[in-house]
Amino acid sequence: MRSHPAEYDFASPGSLAGVLERLDSEPGEWLPVAGGTEVMVQYGAGRLRARRLLNLWNIVDLRQITETSEHLSIGGGCTFAQLRGHVSVQEHFPLLAQAASWTGGIANQNRATIAGNIVNASPAADSPPALLVYEAELELISARGTRRIAYADFHLGYKKTALQPRELLLAIHLQKRFAGWFRYAQKTGARNAQAISKICVAAVGKLRDGRVEALHIGMGAVAPTPLRLRKTEEALLGTILTEDAIANGRRMLLTEIAPIDDIRSSAEYRRQVAANLLEDMLRNFAAKGNAA
Amino acid sequence: MEAFRSFSRPGEPPSIGEYLGKERIVGTPALRKEGVAKVRGSARYIDDISFPGMIFGATVRSSIARGRIQKIEFGEGVIWDEFIVVSAKDIPGENAIALINKDWPCLAADRVNHPEEPILLLAHPDRHLLPKAVAAVRIEYEVLPSVHSMEESERGDVIVWGADNVFKKFLIDNGNVDAAWDQADFIVEGEYTTGAQEHLYIDNNGAIAAYTPDEGLTIWGSMQCPFYAHKSLVCLTGLPEDKVRIIQVETGGAFGGKEDYPSMIGAHAALLAMKSGRPVKIMYDRMEDMVATTKRHPSRTRIRTAVTKEGKLLAADIDFTTDGGAYSTLSATVLSRGTIHAGGAYYWPNIRVRSKALATNCPPHGAFRGFGAPQSLFAMERHMDRVASAIGMSPEELRRRNFLRPGLATATGQKISEDVNLEHLLARALTISGYSAKRERFSRENIRAKKKKGIGIAAFLHGSGFTGSGERYLNSVAGMDATAEGKLRVLVSSTEFGQGTNTILCQIAAESLGIDYDAVEMAPPDTGIVPNSGPTVASRTSMIVGKLVHSAAIGLRQTLQASGLLGESWTTPEFCEAAKTHVAKYGALRSDSRYEPPVDVHWDDQTYRGEAYAAYAWAVYVAEVTVDMLTYGVTVDDFVAVQEVGRVLNPTLATGQIEGGVAQGIGYALYEKVQWERGRMANGQMTNYIIPTSQDIPPIRVFFEEMPFGHGAYGAKGIGELPMDGPAPAILNAVSHATDTDFNAIPLLAEDICLRLALRQTVPVEAVAV
Repeated sequence: MRSHPAEYDFASPGSLAGVLERLDSEPGEWLPVAGGTEVMVQYGAGRLRARRLLNLWNIVDLRQITETSEHLSIGGGCTFAQLRGHVSVQEHFPLLAQAASWTGGIANQNRATIAGNIVNASPAADSPPALLVYEAELELISARGTRRIAYADFHLGYKKTALQPRELLLAIHLQKRFAGWFRYAQKTGARNAQAISKICVAAVGKLRDGRVEALHIGMGAVAPTPLRLRKTEEALLGTILTEDAIANGRRMLLTEIAPIDDIRSSAEYRRQVAANLLEDMLRNFAAKGNAA
Repeated sequence: MEAFRSFSRPGEPPSIGEYLGKERIVGTPALRKEGVAKVRGSARYIDDISFPGMIFGATVRSSIARGRIQKIEFGEGVIWDEFIVVSAKDIPGENAIALINKDWPCLAADRVNHPEEPILLLAHPDRHLLPKAVAAVRIEYEVLPSVHSMEESERGDVIVWGADNVFKKFLIDNGNVDAAWDQADFIVEGEYTTGAQEHLYIDNNGAIAAYTPDEGLTIWGSMQCPFYAHKSLVCLTGLPEDKVRIIQVETGGAFGGKEDYPSMIGAHAALLAMKSGRPVKIMYDRMEDMVATTKRHPSRTRIRTAVTKEGKLLAADIDFTTDGGAYSTLSATVLSRGTIHAGGAYYWPNIRVRSKALATNCPPHGAFRGFGAPQSLFAMERHMDRVASAIGMSPEELRRRNFLRPGLATATGQKISEDVNLEHLLARALTISGYSAKRERFSRENIRAKKKKGIGIAAFLHGSGFTGSGERYLNSVAGMDATAEGKLRVLVSSTEFGQGTNTILCQIAAESLGIDYDAVEMAPPDTGIVPNSGPTVASRTSMIVGKLVHSAAIGLRQTLQASGLLGESWTTPEFCEAAKTHVAKYGALRSDSRYEPPVDVHWDDQTYRGEAYAAYAWAVYVAEVTVDMLTYGVTVDDFVAVQEVGRVLNPTLATGQIEGGVAQGIGYALYEKVQWERGRMANGQMTNYIIPTSQDIPPIRVFFEEMPFGHGAYGAKGIGELPMDGPAPAILNAVSHATDTDFNAIPLLAEDICLRLALRQTVPVEAVAV
């Protein structure tokens, strides 16, 4: 441990109201911590800038998954273990269940939460592409009330989000409207498990009469934020997935992503593989159509 | 094939009757001596150990690659009065970690030669205060130019070590290489490179030191070689030899990484303990261990070979170069082994190997399982596939036609006198792996495949024990004694770090004494108690030290018999009772055995000719891979490892050694990349330095042929390093087969394959018909 425990405050209000009150009275002072899978790594390495930590792990209100016939709401404190094992997540949002299974190892999945993954805002996180293609909505809460925001509008830049200092990510809302859609997900990491993505991709789509009626594509680790590939989607909408259309899709993708060289991979590799994965997805889409 | 008996694992363990010979204990899967303590969590590793009054030490390291230390300031926010501070000025003896040379400072005095070089030591009772204090020390440097590649080092524009940046050179020159090129039908050239590799033992480096003027200095540490640390600490402290005591504690893995560095960390703890008068523990965390301690030597091998169109190898001209880092440490001996193994398992009528170890400004590279051989063997085994391809012959047939056989000589002129049969190992490996059918089918199906499959082989050898006259110089001693309670003990400085020393040596002792395995135990690995049986390295423990234990045990038995306390036959209780009586009557029962070199082993250090090793282990490995053309990732699908290591003393441990070595070799080939930034490891965290997990390792199918070796304990040869040599070339041969593209550098990452296959980065053609 390269950090000194005496230099840190750790408060555990025990209720959502208590947490929000603390965030409201001293905005920006407290870092909410749920599973700690990110924070404790930084603490161990002596790199945790925040000095005051606010415990979310014991807030049951954040740990619920509720559903109606049309909606599914995931509490921000739900762990990846919860998500990957939840019947409705598996049935209606299989790409999310899959992303949950990709994140870290089993021990991490038992601690790491979906809200933590979202607000940590790593462009390489595994769950954002799935949330983007399912057009998730986030519910943010503070002592002054709640507000809803499309997940696609949440990430503002590298590690910058729309979350205000007084706010907490309360829940992720999803609409059960993707039954029968084609779906696709791939993660490329440095090994088959416990690897941070070099690229991850999720997509859902619908064909009508051989033409692309709907297509949502999300990618991670190809830009400063998790990315919804709207230009590529638009270029493909209404088309028949011919060789030309696929080649055009590849071209559009390369105008839309902006990967970098970093310790985990290179920009040119990411560009090449992102395009390969898009092509693979489109070929699968063309072949399987709506039979997901 | 009469001489071969074989068994295989995994699967059902064979019954004792299936083993060679009639021994009761040797050759059986005896349980690990320390296994219960490890499984139950009662084994105490260095960070589990504490002493009354113990304080904690930390190291202030250089932030630059090379320069002069101008000024050291102790910054604000730290109560410096509470800290013990040690600099090079506090060293009572020589400021060096004494290995082969004494160029490696314990603490940098006025200049630094690599990032993370130790400069100051701090100690405090509260270990949590140390990181901040280390960060608060400000050091100003005059930055000097530094060298960060073998090419820069050999160019010599900047000299960073000695007169020419060269730690060591070797030349093997056998036959007349220059006359062979004219007789060749083909000349094939190639350059092959290997990267650094981090050991990543589970248990980080750590040591505790305690000192009183009366009792002297005691070091407890996670280590392989207590007497290396002893030698180093005597030199550093100037204390008499009997006032320095080194005790190895339970050690969670080493792989060569705890051969030299524990002398450094032990020295640091000692200096703090001597200054503070209190026991001091220094425990590295993973990040410090990764950036500061040794790695495997990176290498570059250039091979030029002459070959006939019938596939007869005529000559090899090999240039083998390693990057040794900033100080010489073990680079000369690593280079030596790499040089001797450079010709591989083949007969070369003419061969020249020129080798050199170069200085660069990164932390010194050190011992790592295989010790230079994985580097040069990678080059040779990749090259053999390329030669085969150039002359239009199958890789296995080219190898078969050129294997070393009894009566043929190695590059150093050593006539093979063992009854080795590489053709049999090859045939068996090919059959088990289904090689021929797969090779043909993959070649056919790969053309349009999104997932291309390949299968590749590597044939190789690994010399057991120290090189050349090394064992003669070591002059090792092992002993056996009995306690007052009648327990029989093995006395060696050979250490257990997961590989099975305790178990193997107790098996040998029990077998030799004619008593139960449970009646024998290991004496504590404490230089105050055990004789110097040499370092625990170089695949020497089973073969060399095992043989000494065997002799010592026979001596002890004979002593008991001569004293009249033991008859012609005995049960275990009778033997122990006799031993107990002997101790009571005469005060002790002990027998020592000293190494005696085999009479037919001659070695010339000057010409590098002669019997380089008393024995070799031999192997043929087969790797099967898939290359995903979407992501350019490689998966190893199947791995077959067939080897001849003399007598297998313990099939469970031997199989474990092979499986572990293959897994480590898979990491070396496809995953593990040390990313250097001006001599500093930039990815010194397990999240960014990628080793394979169980999800990346295929079934490893391990097979032994047993051919007892006359000079080893119960016929054993070395085994520990062998499995590190073969996986990388077998895997790269398989990837090259799958992609129909030559890949000659490891680690081979998806990014590298992408560059070559998708972005069409080309390499020059190196094979020419003449």
